[in-house]
Amino acid sequence: MVRRRLFSVLDAKLRRDFFAMRGQAIAIGLVIAAGVAIQLVMGGMLQSLTETRDAYYERTRFADIWAPAVRAPNALIEDLRDIEGVAAVETRITAPVLFDMPSMEEPPTGLIYSLPRGPASVNDIHMLQGERPDAAHRNEVVALESFAVAHGLEIGDTLDVTIRGKRERLTITGLALSPEYVYAIAPGQLVPDPRLFGVLWMDRQALETAADQDGAFNEATLRLGRGAEADAVRAAVDRVLEPYGGVGAYTRREQVSDAFVSAEIEQLQTMGNILPPIFLAVAAFLVNVVITRLIAVEREQIGLLKAFGYTALQVSVHYLKLVGLIAALGVAMGFGSGLRLGHAMAVMYTEYYNFPFLIFSVPPSVYAVGVLVTLIAVGGGAIWSVSRAARLDPAVAMRPPPPPDYSRAAGAAIVAAPGLDQQTRMILRQILRWPTRTALTVAGIAASGATLVMSLFFTDSMEVMVERYFDISNRQDVSVYFVEARSMGAFHELRSREGVLEAEPFRSASARLQFQNREVLQPLTGVPELPLLSRMISASGEATTAPPGGLVLSLDLAQRLGVTAGDTITAQITEGARPTLQLPVVATPTVLVGSGAQMRLQDLNAALGEARVVSGAHLRVDPDHVNDIYLELKAAPLVGAVQLQSLAKANFSETLDRAMGSAVMIYTLFAGMIAVGVIYNALRVSMAERERELASLRVLGFSRGDVSYILLGEAGFLTLAAIPLGLLAGVGMAWGISLAMSTDYYRLPFVIFAETYGYAVLVLVLITLASGLVVRRRIDTLDLVAVLKTRE
Amino acid sequence: MSRPCFETRDLSKVYGSGSNAVHALRGVDLVAPEGELVVLLGPSGSGKSTLLNILGGLDRAFSGEAYFRDMALHSASDRELTRFRRDHVGFVFQFYNLMPSLTARENVELVTEVAPDPMPADEALGLVGLDKRVDHFPAQLSGGEQQRVAIARAIAKRPQVLLCDEPTGALDSATGVKVLEALREVNAALNATTFIITHNASVADMADRVIVFGDGQIRENRVNAVKKQPSEIVW
Repeated sequence: MVRRRLFSVLDAKLRRDFFAMRGQAIAIGLVIAAGVAIQLVMGGMLQSLTETRDAYYERTRFADIWAPAVRAPNALIEDLRDIEGVAAVETRITAPVLFDMPSMEEPPTGLIYSLPRGPASVNDIHMLQGERPDAAHRNEVVALESFAVAHGLEIGDTLDVTIRGKRERLTITGLALSPEYVYAIAPGQLVPDPRLFGVLWMDRQALETAADQDGAFNEATLRLGRGAEADAVRAAVDRVLEPYGGVGAYTRREQVSDAFVSAEIEQLQTMGNILPPIFLAVAAFLVNVVITRLIAVEREQIGLLKAFGYTALQVSVHYLKLVGLIAALGVAMGFGSGLRLGHAMAVMYTEYYNFPFLIFSVPPSVYAVGVLVTLIAVGGGAIWSVSRAARLDPAVAMRPPPPPDYSRAAGAAIVAAPGLDQQTRMILRQILRWPTRTALTVAGIAASGATLVMSLFFTDSMEVMVERYFDISNRQDVSVYFVEARSMGAFHELRSREGVLEAEPFRSASARLQFQNREVLQPLTGVPELPLLSRMISASGEATTAPPGGLVLSLDLAQRLGVTAGDTITAQITEGARPTLQLPVVATPTVLVGSGAQMRLQDLNAALGEARVVSGAHLRVDPDHVNDIYLELKAAPLVGAVQLQSLAKANFSETLDRAMGSAVMIYTLFAGMIAVGVIYNALRVSMAERERELASLRVLGFSRGDVSYILLGEAGFLTLAAIPLGLLAGVGMAWGISLAMSTDYYRLPFVIFAETYGYAVLVLVLITLASGLVVRRRIDTLDLVAVLKTRE
Repeated sequence: MSRPCFETRDLSKVYGSGSNAVHALRGVDLVAPEGELVVLLGPSGSGKSTLLNILGGLDRAFSGEAYFRDMALHSASDRELTRFRRDHVGFVFQFYNLMPSLTARENVELVTEVAPDPMPADEALGLVGLDKRVDHFPAQLSGGEQQRVAIARAIAKRPQVLLCDEPTGALDSATGVKVLEALREVNAALNATTFIITHNASVADMADRVIVFGDGQIRENRVNAVKKQPSEIVW
C-alpha cells in the first residue's frame, strides 16, 4: 500500500515536471515528430505504392516482355507460346494516333491498341466506366481515363483522330486504366500531361483494317512463368520475330511507365533511409541534454528520494517515464502529421500515377518501427544521465555541487587572452567547458542547415535541368516526327514553309547497343555535322558532336554498357535491313534529361544502306507563325507527331513547381523544427544553468541587454560556427542526392545557387533570433532577490 | 545640514495579496549618515533583507519613500536602478555569486570594466589578501577565498555603498573574521556606507550603528559608543 501511494506522489511530480518543461518537451517532440512523420510517410507510401502496383499488375496480368515487330502473321503466336518459360502471350496491333481536338492548338498524340474479344491474358485494361468496344461497331473505342477527363470526354462522345494517315471518327464506349500507362507519358515528354497524351483501345478486327494489319500483329506481349530467365526468353522472342521486322524485345526495365513507378519507389526508399535517422539522432541528443540538465537541478531531490529508501531502479523509472512522455508526445504528433501528409501525398500521387486506387495506408510494422526507433533513440539519449542519477550516493547528492571547474576546460589559455571583455570570455569558456555538448549542438544546427541546403538543392538543380534541356540543348520550337522515314525532299518542304527560321533534320533508328555481355535498347540518332537546335550538351555546357564514323553516347548509357570513350560498341539496328554496326565511342557527355546515342546523319544513312532519308525535323519558328505551322502539320497525312516545345517546357516547369514546391516546403519545415528544437533547448538549458549568474550580473549593475548578450551570444556563436559546417554538409548531402536520385530518365545536376546558401543562413539566423527573443523574456522577469538567496 | 546617505520614510513592502499577503516591512523610518557601518540584526523574515534589497535598488517598496542622497529610489525606473547599482553599490552575498567561468581577477574586472572610477582589480584583490590567487577559478578557491573575491569585486568600483547580506553565513569563524576585517578596512578606506546583515549578534560590536528588526519593523536603533575590532569578536 505504502509503495503504491509513494509512486502516485512521484507521478504527480512527473506531471508537474512535464508541465514546467512543456516548451522544451514540445521542441523535442517536434523533432521526434518530424522524424516519425517522414518515416511514416515514406514507409507508408512505399508500402502503399508497392502493394498497389503489385496487386494491379497481378490483376491485369502486366507483361514481362514486349516485342514490337513490323508485321507478323497471327499464326506466329504459337511459336511464341512454345518458347520455354513463357506463361502467356498476347499479340496485338498498335499504331500512333494524332488527336484532332478542336479546342486545342497543341496537338495531343497517343497510341491506339487492339483489344482481344474478352479479357486479355497479358496487359488487360481495367474498365472504370462503360463497355469494351462492340465487335459489330468498328468505330468504337475505350479511352484512357486521364485523357478523357482532361478533355471532358464522356461515354458516347466522338473523337477525330488520324491513324496511319487516315482520318477516323471514333465513339467512346468506355473509360479505362492500363498497367502500361500508370505513368502516362508521351515518348519524348518529360512529365505526364494528360491533355497531350492519349491512349485508345479498339476491337482487334476494326484496328486491323484501320492500321492495314489484316491477319497480322505488330506487337507481342508476354508473361513469364515462375523462375523463367527473362534474357533467354527475350533472345528467343527476338529470333522468332526477326524475320517480321522485330525491332528487339524489351523488359519491364525499359517499359517507360513501370520504370518511372519503380524509380519513384526507389527514391522513396532512399529518402526514407536518409532523413528519419537524422531527426531521431538529433532528438536523442536533445533528450540527453535536457534530461541531464533536469537531473542536475534535481540532484538534491534524488539524494533525498534515495535517502528515503527509493531504489536506484525506482529513480531511473521515474525519469524514464518523463522521457517516455516526451517520446509519446513526439510520436503522437508524428503519427498525426504523418497520416495527414501521407494522405495529401497519396492525392498528389494519383495526379501523376493512374492506379485504379491508391489508398495511403500504413502497415502496423511501420508504426511499430516508428515507436521502437523513437524509444531507442530517446532512451539511448537519456539512459546515461538517468543511470548516473540512479547511482548518486544520497549523502553526496544532498550536498550542493561545487561550482563547475573552468580551469581545466580545453582552450582556457586562448580565452584568457587580454582584449576580450569579460562577458565574451564567459561565453567562450562556457562553450569550451562542455565540448561534447557544444559539438552536438553545433552538429544539430548544422544538420538543420544541411537539410535546408539539400532540399533547396532540388529546385536549383531542376531549374538548371530545365534551362539546359530547353534553352541550350533543345532550342527548337516545334519537333515533327514523320510516320516513317522520308526523303530529304520532305525535310526541304518543311524548311521552306513560311515562318520557319531554322530547320534541322534527324534520322532515328531503333537499335540494340551491346558491349561485352551488356546491352541496352536505344535508338541511334543521326544528326547534321553541327547541330544547332537539338544537341547533346555536356555537363560543362558544350555541344558534343560526333566526328565521321564516331558515336557520341550519353554517360548514363555508357555506364549501363560499361564503356568509356575509345571503346567500340556493337549496334544491332532492329529495323530495315538490320545491319550490325561497330561504332567507336568518341565521347560520353553527361546529358541531364533522357539518353542519347548520336552519330552523323550521313553515317547512319550509309550504315542503314539507304538514301538520305530523315525521320523528322526540329524547327525554329517565327512566333507569329507557330500556330499556322502547327495547324498545317496537324493536317499533314504523313506526320506522326508534332511537339510544341514551349508547351513541354511550361508543363515540365509547372509539374516540378507543384511536386518540388510542396516537398521543399515540407523539408524546410522539418529542418526548421530541428533548428528550433536544438537552438531553443540549448538556450533554455543554458538559461537554467546560468540563471544565478545572470541575476548576479543584473545585481552588479549590468543591463538586460548586457545580460542577454551572455546568454544569446552563446547561441549566436554556436549558430555562427554551425552555419559553415551546415552549408558544407548540405553540399555533401546534395551531391549524394544528385547521385542517388538520378534515374534512367534524368540526372540531377549538382548545382547550388548562392541564394540557397543565403536562404539557409537566413532561416538559421531567424530561428536563433526568435528562440532568443522567447528566452529573453525570461531574463526580463528574472527574480533578482530570490536567486541570490538560494544556492541553486 | 548635508543629506544622509540613505533615508527612508514610512517604507512598506507587501508580498502577495489578499489573504496570502505577507507584510515584509511595516513603515520603516531610517537615516544612515555617510560612511557609517550599520549592522542589521533580527530573526528570519523580519525584513532585514527586504530593506537591504530596496536600498540596493533590487526591489521596490510598496509604499513610502526611500532616498539615496537626492535620488528617489522608490520612483526610479528600472534603467535608473540598474545604473545606480552599477555606479554606486557594491554587493556581497551569502553564496558569493561569482561567475564560475571567470578567474578571481576576471570576476573583479567584470565590474571594473563598466565602473566610472574603479581601482585596478589586483589592488582590490590585494585589499582582501588574495594577491597570490588572482588567476584561480572559483572552483579552485575555498569558501572564504570566494567570499573575499566577492568583496574585492564589490569594492573595486570604489562604491559609495556596500551592502552585505549574510557575508559570513556560509563560513567558519576564522574565515568569517577575515571577511569581516576586509569589510571593516574597506569601510574605513573608502568611507563607503556599509550595511551588514547577520544572524550573529556579536558581529554588532564592530558596527557604528546597530538596527534590530522584528516583524517588519525597527525594534531598536542604537549607536555603539565603543567599537570592537573583528578579531575581538567572540563568535
